Parts: sequence; structure tokens; C-alpha cells
Amino acid sequence: MQDIVLIGLNHNTAPVELRECIAFSEGDARAALAHLADIPVLDEVMLLSTCNRVEVLLVSKKPDDAIQETKRFLSRFNDLPLERFDASLYVFRGDEAVGHVFRVASSLDSMVLGEPQILGQIKSAYQTATLAKTSGVLLNRLLHRTFFVAKRVRSETGIGGNAVSISYAAIELGRKIFDSLKDKKVLLVGAGEMAELAVEHLIRHKAGDIYVANRTFERGVNLAKKFNGRPIRFEEILDTLRHVDIIISSTGSADFIIRKKQVKVVMKQRRNSPLFFIDIAVPRDIDPDINRLNNAYVYDIDDLKGVIEENLEDRRKEAAKAERIIDEAVIRFREWYENLNVIPTIVALRGKMETIAGAELEKTMQALRHLPETDRVAMARMMQATLNKIMHNPTQLLKSDSPHINKSAYLDFTRRLFKLDE
Amino acid sequence: MDSLFFAVIALYVLSAAGYLAFLFRQKERFNRVGFYLLLIGFVLHTIFILYGFSVAGHLPVHNLGETLSIAGWAIAGLFALFQVKYNLKILGVYAAPLSAVATVAAALLSTEPVQADKILESYWLFFHIVTVFLGDAAFTLACGLGIIYLVQERTIKNKTHGFFFKRLPSLEFIDSTGYACVVIGFTLLTIGLFTGFIYAKTVWGRFWSWDPKEVWSGITWLLYAALLHGRASLGWRGRKAAIMAIIGFIVLMFTFFGVNFLLTGHHGPFTKI
Repeated sequence: MQDIVLIGLNHNTAPVELRECIAFSEGDARAALAHLADIPVLDEVMLLSTCNRVEVLLVSKKPDDAIQETKRFLSRFNDLPLERFDASLYVFRGDEAVGHVFRVASSLDSMVLGEPQILGQIKSAYQTATLAKTSGVLLNRLLHRTFFVAKRVRSETGIGGNAVSISYAAIELGRKIFDSLKDKKVLLVGAGEMAELAVEHLIRHKAGDIYVANRTFERGVNLAKKFNGRPIRFEEILDTLRHVDIIISSTGSADFIIRKKQVKVVMKQRRNSPLFFIDIAVPRDIDPDINRLNNAYVYDIDDLKGVIEENLEDRRKEAAKAERIIDEAVIRFREWYENLNVIPTIVALRGKMETIAGAELEKTMQALRHLPETDRVAMARMMQATLNKIMHNPTQLLKSDSPHINKSAYLDFTRRLFKLDE
Repeated sequence: MDSLFFAVIALYVLSAAGYLAFLFRQKERFNRVGFYLLLIGFVLHTIFILYGFSVAGHLPVHNLGETLSIAGWAIAGLFALFQVKYNLKILGVYAAPLSAVATVAAALLSTEPVQADKILESYWLFFHIVTVFLGDAAFTLACGLGIIYLVQERTIKNKTHGFFFKRLPSLEFIDSTGYACVVIGFTLLTIGLFTGFIYAKTVWGRFWSWDPKEVWSGITWLLYAALLHGRASLGWRGRKAAIMAIIGFIVLMFTFFGVNFLLTGHHGPFTKI
């Protein structure tokens, strides 16, 4: 009987220095997969490598040998003695391996819980395996179930809901203040990766004009070019506040750049239309007291982090729901897998044939009531003999121990040909 | 016809339950169930009122019970309209229970219908009642939106998002729909007051007779006029507008209930228990 095995390490079991050594680039992965497929005890194999995990998913009739061979391969291919990373490796078999694949794809095992990229990464790893023809009946079925489960988890739980990055949290807040970010004008004060990312998100949400203020006007001009925006001088900030809606600030200034008194005046000029300050700078650029003014909202970096922590907490709660979906899927997969055994398949096939034959025989007998009992018995016996003859060859083939046939494929094919899984 | 009214009450109560389930569970199907129950309740309620109309020859507004029933009807109808236009799901958590409470109170208070009175057979009166009640319903919704605004503003300002942040719509949306409610309410109330004046002229020979309900309606009207003026010329929006909408509603409630119990006048008979 074949077993499904998963060997790997991830961000929880291995530090980044180690993951770097083991991680495969895309080209490497293809070469490594070819090598793995050449190991005789591996019947089917797939390799997943991301920045946070390296995992080998395999099917083997001799799982213990397969595990040793795979470990040895990882050591050889990466030129790293096994002792250096053996302790970081986890090995799952059977249901545990299946459950792990489901959990990884549903992003329950991700560093940022619920992040969506992992599913795409698994899809592409699976595609690589199918192109290299290293996947077979079991992995094909397992991966298709995996995609289905991951989709279900995403749609039925809030695992991917609510922002967990600073820039997205800011966008989400913006959408709770302004209904839509469309045509909202944005002022970027200073520069910085996070602030620029937030501006890019805003642009993607169809924000309106972008203004860029920088202490050195030159830099502001360059940054404005990047966003197709308008550079303004640092002294013009207060004037600009009159007609922008969202201010993202990220300067190196030691003191507040915008103060409550100033904004109070501005709010009157704006006729109280809402103003949203996102202060990413440390030390802060925006006077936090501005938050006390009506229709003005100030979030600094700690506030945003607080929002993210709250959202992560929500995701953790949702993860519990996801676990239930996964447990159910693991059981379903096991049922399918156990049926893929020789005996149940033969029994099911014979059962199906006998049901059909029995029903037809009875129908015919209804019309042939005039026949003597002995004739009827003879007919039934004839039907039974025919069935046995038909079943003989398939039974022999499925039971054979020849190493040249891919038994799971035959079993799967038989089950599908006769619709035995209904 | 009692059983019809009980069906209306049951539908409003179930709708309220649906909306509460929606608030907690955030499942779209609860919202849809809540909305359709309310809509069916509203249609049956309309039939019930029309039946009362056909029997008495005028709108059934003899006592506080009947008045409350019409108030619940107006809230349900106006909310349904708003829901279709703005997709303001969360307001159902406020509107459906109000309709339910109004109709339950109406059932508890209901007494034998008074004999038909000639004074009530007038088109002016019909329009007066319908516009005033729909206007009041619009102000009621505006108050609900004001409350929702204050809650959402608090969550955003306090930065602890918790239960409401996700469930309530954006501030700007609440603010603008609240404004729309006040505009509609003000327009209807204005028409209601004018038809009332004309009706008063036809019955009592004068437009205005310092009846306490007239006076308090005038005060309500002035208050909402001030709110609209403040918004248009001084930029009273957001928190200020929300608080004004709530205060306006409190005054409106006094006009609706308080005047009947504390003061006397020619509106008395319509709203006494």
C-alpha cells in the first residue's frame, strides 16, 4: 500500500539563515524535481519552495526508505550536511500529511495568517510537477482537493478578511471615513517606503490628485513624478490642507509639522469636510490632538499597528473554523484513498455488476412466468457464470503484484469507469 | 381583521429578529430575510389600513393605537424605500424593531373604533396625515442614522475597532444618507403643515389657532430648518449634524406624544388612548 509523505521545514522550525540555504530558485526547483523523480522508491513527487518553507510531497510504497532518500537528496543538492538541518525537518505521513497540505494551502501555516499568495505558489509548484510528469493519481487527486479546500476556507471563513499590513490598514480606515476613495485628494509629506506604498494603494483605489511636499523641493519633484502628482513647497502645506482629503506624513522632523491650531482654522475653511491624517513618522509629524477636532481623524503608526493586531486576532478566531473544514476534508480524502485499495474496488465492482444483472434477470423472469422452475434456475446460473467470466481478467490484473503497472492509476480508472464512488 | 394585524406584527417582529441576526452573524441571507419579511409586513399593513379606510370612510386615526400603527407603517415603508435606493442594510436593525414596537403598542392600545365623524372626511386631512407621518418617519430614520454615525465616529476616533467598525458603513455615507432623510422629512413636514392649515381653514374657518400641537409642530419645523440651513451655509456636518438630528427627533417625539398627554387642543381626540 502506498503512503503519502511530506518532508519539509518552515519559518517556525528553521531560522532564515537555514531556509536561505535550502530554498530552491525556480530553475533549481525544476532540476531538483527531476532528481527526486529519479529516486526509485518515490512513486510520485512534488516540490514546494517559498521564502518561508521548503516541502517535498511524495508518494511511496516504502515510505521509510523514501524519507531517508529524500533527506539525503536535500543534503546533497544543497551541499549541506544533514546534521545541520535534520532537527528542523518535520515529517508527516498519511492523514497528517494530507491535513498539512490543506492547512498550508489555506494559509493557516503562513507567517502572516491568511495571506493569499501561498495558494498561487502551491498551484505553480503543482504545475511544475505535472509538466515534469512527476505527479500521479494520488497527488493529482490530493492537489485538486487541496485547491478546493483552500477556496472553501477562503470563502466560508474570514481568514483573509481585514488588513494586516500598515498601508492596507490605512486604506481600510480611509474607506470607513470616506465612502469611496475615488477622487479623494492625497498629500504626501516626506518620503519613505511605507508611505509611498500607501500612496500606491490609494492610486489603485482611484484616488484623485496627488500632492507631494518635501523639505528639499528637488526630491519632492522626483517623487511627484513617480506618482504623476504635483510637487509643492513645504511652506504650502497649510494652504494645500484646504482642499486635500488624506494626508500621509513620513518625515524625519523632530517636531510636529501640522498642529491642532492650524487644522482648526483649516476645518472651517473646508466647511468641515473630513480630513484623514496618516502619520507614519517616528517621532510623529502630526499633532495627535487633531484627532479631537470634529471631522478630523489622526492615526499614527502605533494606532495602525493596534488595528492590525486586532485584525490578526480576528483571523486567528476564523482559523479555528477553517480547521473544522480541513478536518472534514481529511476524512473525505481518506475515504477515497482507502477505497483505492484492491479488495474494496473488486468488491464494489462485483457488487455493481450483480445489482445490474439481478435487476435485469428479475425483469425478464416476470415475462417468463410460464417457464418451469428448473429453466429459471439454469438462467440464473448462466448469468452468474457470465459475470464470473467478465470479472476474471480485471480481478487478476488488479490483484497482480507486477512492478510494471501503476496500480493506483488502474484502481482509480476502474472506479471512475464504473462510477463506483457514488 | 384582527388576525391580519397580528400577521403584520408577527412579520415586523420576525424581520427585526432577522436584522439582529444579520448584525451579529453578518450573513447576507439574514439581511435578505429581514428585508422581505418587512416588505410583506408593510404590504399587509397597507391593506389593513386601506380596509380601515374603506370601513370608516377616512384614515383610521382616532386614538393613539391607530396613530401608532400608522407611524409603524410609515417607518417600514420609508425604510424599505431607502433600503432599495441606498442599500442601507444596517439601518434595518433600527427600523424593523421600531415598526414592531409601534404595532405591538398599537395592538395593546386598540379600542373599539369611534363612530364615523363628518369632520374627518376631507382630502386635505388625508394628505395632511399621510405627509406628516411619512415626514416623521423620515426624521426617525435620520435620528437612527445620527446614532449610527456617533457610534461609528467613536470607534474610529478611539481607535479600538471591535464589534461595530466592520458592521457599520462609512461615516461619509451615513452622514449623506442622514442628510437625505432630513431633506425628505422636512419637505413632507412642510407639505403636511400646509395641508393642515388648509384643512383647518375649511373646518374651523381659520388657518392657525394656537393649538399646542400646531405650535410644537412649528417648533419642530424651525429646528429642522435650522439644521438644513446650518449644513448649507455653515458646514454643519458629521457629528454636529448627527446630534442635531437626534435632538430634532426628541422634540418631534414630544410633539407626537408629550403634547397629547400634557397639553390639550383640537388634535387631542386623534391621539388619546
